Amino acid sequence: MASLKELKGRINSVKSTQKITKAKQMVAAAKLRKAQANAEAARPYAARLATVMGSLAAKITVSENSPKLLAGTGKDQVHLLVVANSDKGLCGAFNSNIVKAALVKARALQADGKTVLFYLVGRKGRAVVRRLYPKAVLAMFDTTDVREPGFAEAQKIADELVALYDDGKFDVAHLFFSTFKSALAQDPTEQQIIPVPAPKVAASSSDGAVVEYEPEEEAILAELLPRYLRTQLFGALLENQASEQGASMTAMDNATRNAGELINKLTIQYNRSRQAAITTELTTELIEIIAGAEAL
Amino acid sequence: MALHFELVTPARLVRSEDVYMVVVPGAEGEFGVLEGHAPFMSTIRDGALRIYRSEGAAPEEIQLQGGFAEVAATGLTVLAEHVEG
Repeated sequence: MASLKELKGRINSVKSTQKITKAKQMVAAAKLRKAQANAEAARPYAARLATVMGSLAAKITVSENSPKLLAGTGKDQVHLLVVANSDKGLCGAFNSNIVKAALVKARALQADGKTVLFYLVGRKGRAVVRRLYPKAVLAMFDTTDVREPGFAEAQKIADELVALYDDGKFDVAHLFFSTFKSALAQDPTEQQIIPVPAPKVAASSSDGAVVEYEPEEEAILAELLPRYLRTQLFGALLENQASEQGASMTAMDNATRNAGELINKLTIQYNRSRQAAITTELTTELIEIIAGAEAL
Repeated sequence: MALHFELVTPARLVRSEDVYMVVVPGAEGEFGVLEGHAPFMSTIRDGALRIYRSEGAAPEEIQLQGGFAEVAATGLTVLAEHVEG
């Protein structure tokens, strides 16, 4: 049985841990609101861009002259897995879930005899991938020096990816991130980003009129594709941020509650030992008194 | 007689309102869009977009960077990479 002093020490240490987890939970809750607002503000642009892409793609037949970003390299050998993680921990299984999804895909691709490469965004998740696939990490993108990855970062990532693609470093790219559903649920998501999958056309022939293009369709499409890629990466980064804060909030809420339970248990134990000590003391004193009285 | 005009950037929806005319800095020259414009799509160059709230009113200028404009039956949508102000 631990001594009274030891118990007191443990209670205090759990209490200070609880203070930390509680503070982190409140910070995450505040940041979550902002991240959610950001993610929502970015939606109109992505939606409009997808519509325009859809109507353009429907007008153009994919041929050998089409931009490589749309038509592909004609091969399906080297797959690049772009894994978007966060830089900070204390957010439960958020990062490991994304990495796990990427690793499952990597194994499936390797079983098919494909070559797998990684492009890692964010600090977390690097260790795992590097340990399992030490030679397959093509590049890493560092986001530690910016507070929250925004459009500028998405643009840089997209530009790097396009450059690597033009160099023929890979044929197909998949993006892994976490879709924000609620503070309790974040889904690891996989999405093919290169070659750009033609958006599903929502038969937007409602106006029926012939659309004029300036410059012509091919040129517009060539300009649109990198833009579309950037927007998709930007959306993924925003979803990731919201998910991270959501996961962090839930994990810290659980931790705070566990700490509370632990404190209760320890306090009960502490009080029991204290009472036991008092009882023993009293009993010995009583025996002495009775013995003394009898002697009279 | 109003043109529905929307200006969107990746970060937010900047404008969504009914105006009289918008002059867009297209890649192959500026073009003005009034209500009932034929369906049209163009990339834009960096430059100023001018919004005329009503006929003859002084225009409001917004600096744009990169993007494209789409005119459909529903109105004019400008997707810009970056907007100043």
